[in-house]
Amino acid sequence: MTAIETNSPMIASTLSDDSGLSIFSAISEWLTTTSHQRIGRLMVSISLLWTLAVVAVGLLLGVERISSSSDLIDATSAPQLFSIFRVGLIFGSMAPMALGISMAIVPMQVGSQVIAFARGALFGTYLWCFGMIIVAVSYIGNGGPGGGDRQMVDLFLIGMGVVIAGLLIVSASIATTALTSRRAGLTLADSPIYVWSSLVTSVSLILTLPVMAGALIYVAVDHTYERATFGATDGVNAWIGWALTSPQIFLFSIPTLGVLAQIVATMTRGKQPLRGGLLIGVGLTSTALIGAVTQSFYSVQFDSQLADFAKSLLPFLMFNALPILGVLIVIALCLLAMKNEKAKPSAPFVLAFFGVGMVLTGMIGNVLLRITDLKLSNTVFDEAVLVYVGYGIVLSSLGAIAHFGPRIWGRKMPTMPVIGLGLIGVLGVVLAALPYYIAGFTDQPAARITGELGNNSQIWNSIAAIGQAIFLVFLVAFIGLVFKSARSGEIADEEIFETVSANS
Amino acid sequence: MSTSATALNAGPKIAMRRQALVLSGLLSSASAMLIGSMLAIWLQFRANAPLRESSDGTKMLRDWLPENIKIPEVATNTMMLTIVITCIMVQWAVYASRRADSKHTTLALGVALLTQIAMINAQIAVYLQMDIGVRDSSYTTMFYAITATMTLLIVIGLGFTLVAMFRSIAGRLSDHDLIVAHAVYWYSLTVIFAAMWFVVYVQK
Repeated sequence: MTAIETNSPMIASTLSDDSGLSIFSAISEWLTTTSHQRIGRLMVSISLLWTLAVVAVGLLLGVERISSSSDLIDATSAPQLFSIFRVGLIFGSMAPMALGISMAIVPMQVGSQVIAFARGALFGTYLWCFGMIIVAVSYIGNGGPGGGDRQMVDLFLIGMGVVIAGLLIVSASIATTALTSRRAGLTLADSPIYVWSSLVTSVSLILTLPVMAGALIYVAVDHTYERATFGATDGVNAWIGWALTSPQIFLFSIPTLGVLAQIVATMTRGKQPLRGGLLIGVGLTSTALIGAVTQSFYSVQFDSQLADFAKSLLPFLMFNALPILGVLIVIALCLLAMKNEKAKPSAPFVLAFFGVGMVLTGMIGNVLLRITDLKLSNTVFDEAVLVYVGYGIVLSSLGAIAHFGPRIWGRKMPTMPVIGLGLIGVLGVVLAALPYYIAGFTDQPAARITGELGNNSQIWNSIAAIGQAIFLVFLVAFIGLVFKSARSGEIADEEIFETVSANS
Repeated sequence: MSTSATALNAGPKIAMRRQALVLSGLLSSASAMLIGSMLAIWLQFRANAPLRESSDGTKMLRDWLPENIKIPEVATNTMMLTIVITCIMVQWAVYASRRADSKHTTLALGVALLTQIAMINAQIAVYLQMDIGVRDSSYTTMFYAITATMTLLIVIGLGFTLVAMFRSIAGRLSDHDLIVAHAVYWYSLTVIFAAMWFVVYVQK
């Protein structure tokens, strides 16, 4: 990593004197900080809390599904819980975690002491945070998409608008930093790969989130006043549903490629062959944004007329398969770099590599989902795609924390616990998602907990619930490990601060 | 948290390269995507509207704009002209700022501010003259949604003009980048408004 410690002398002195500060002034300093590291850590911390909540909801739904006669959850609440799982995972966990880590790391990597528009970034973080609180309150009041309380649905739409505004401001801050704050002589092409992936992600979100906001405004005005044109409460999912599934969710996974390539660059001390290929791979993944802004899904039907098949094949491949090609290029080049004999193993690599692997599995699942002949849409297969991509991003983000964290707080994370927990996390993701890939082929309906759930659904649902439980335990343990390491871990040596160019 | 760990010294101070301009470009892109997506949905609804005979019975029309709604074309065309004038004023501000001419920069921004207020005034006049309710029909709901969003973008631009003007009044002669960024935002807003004006007010 190209690491330049960017703590200003003022911040450093504040930290060293914090024993003399009262708890309130310390909290106040954190809440009004303009340090990109603090803002980023604030965002990541809150998103981790959201991840815990979302995985707990996933576990609850998994347990409920084991038996169709179970009454753990009221049947009328189930759609709201499925919805909060999806919305919470995407906007409470995946997006802020990716952006929060970028906010903490990108200025360091480009050699800047500050993030561009730091107060704006802090404001965006608060907007996102309060927006998510509004969304959570609306769900509690039966107001999510398809919810029964009209005013709470209005509140949900407002909350989502606030969340989008917050994420947009944060994205703009990160993109501006990557574009304008690089140290003298550092071109964009020579920037660390994580900076490039953060820039691509930020710009992709700046281009796609306003499209979601546009649909949201129509739905909100209609829902508040007319309740006919956009299908009232049920129309919420119909009009913004595209933003809560693939290919839009692939955009949040772009930083996972940057994290993997960055860790490999550090392991191989910057000896990355065909570095330009990495940039292209990351860029190819962002083609998902073109599919997303059209607010449509691109399917293909093999048993249709040849002309129809040919007409649908190109957009199908372009919007569903090109991102896969991007991920494959990055993985292949990373593996190629690791053939270097001097490559030094690193614990965060396990999390980052398997995180990208999970995202790739989700992307491949999405291709199958869009083949109409397989009849997988509206089955749990769709949920499995979300879990693979979403939990893959979480895994990778935790890998990023394990890799970049010691460079921020100056203490190492222990190697073996990180690897061990990482493998447990991977097991959790696979168990939580893979059974639903299989259950999708047995026609288990999506977002349903009662009635006929398909052949052997009890087995698949049981395994998925176990997977959710393992992932929840993994998350709690990993967060605990991060806190323990940050407070009392082994002091990091000079080696982790060495400036390694990833560009050779 | 202990900070006794090893850490590198702070890096050299970076000369920021045109941050305001880049941010303005990004926000302009976001604004374009916002209104673009709303126009796309508008066009989709209009294309799917059922057919009806025109009042003179000579041709078939899409039953999208209700017959009883008349769009005040004078006010809407005036809005289009006004935003073009705003563009000229903000370019004048850029010209004056490049020459470190604080007086003319402030004057240009002041006139731009007036034209922007005039645009908002014209939009309110359009609402009053049309005299339609938000919940009257699909058309009116969507009309208010898209025009109000456009007005919000104009209000954001107005805020940007106010900030630029106050900084100019305060004598910040080095603020050329900010004035250019301000101009970029208004150019893009003009293009966005022109697209909306054509689809909503001209094509109807």
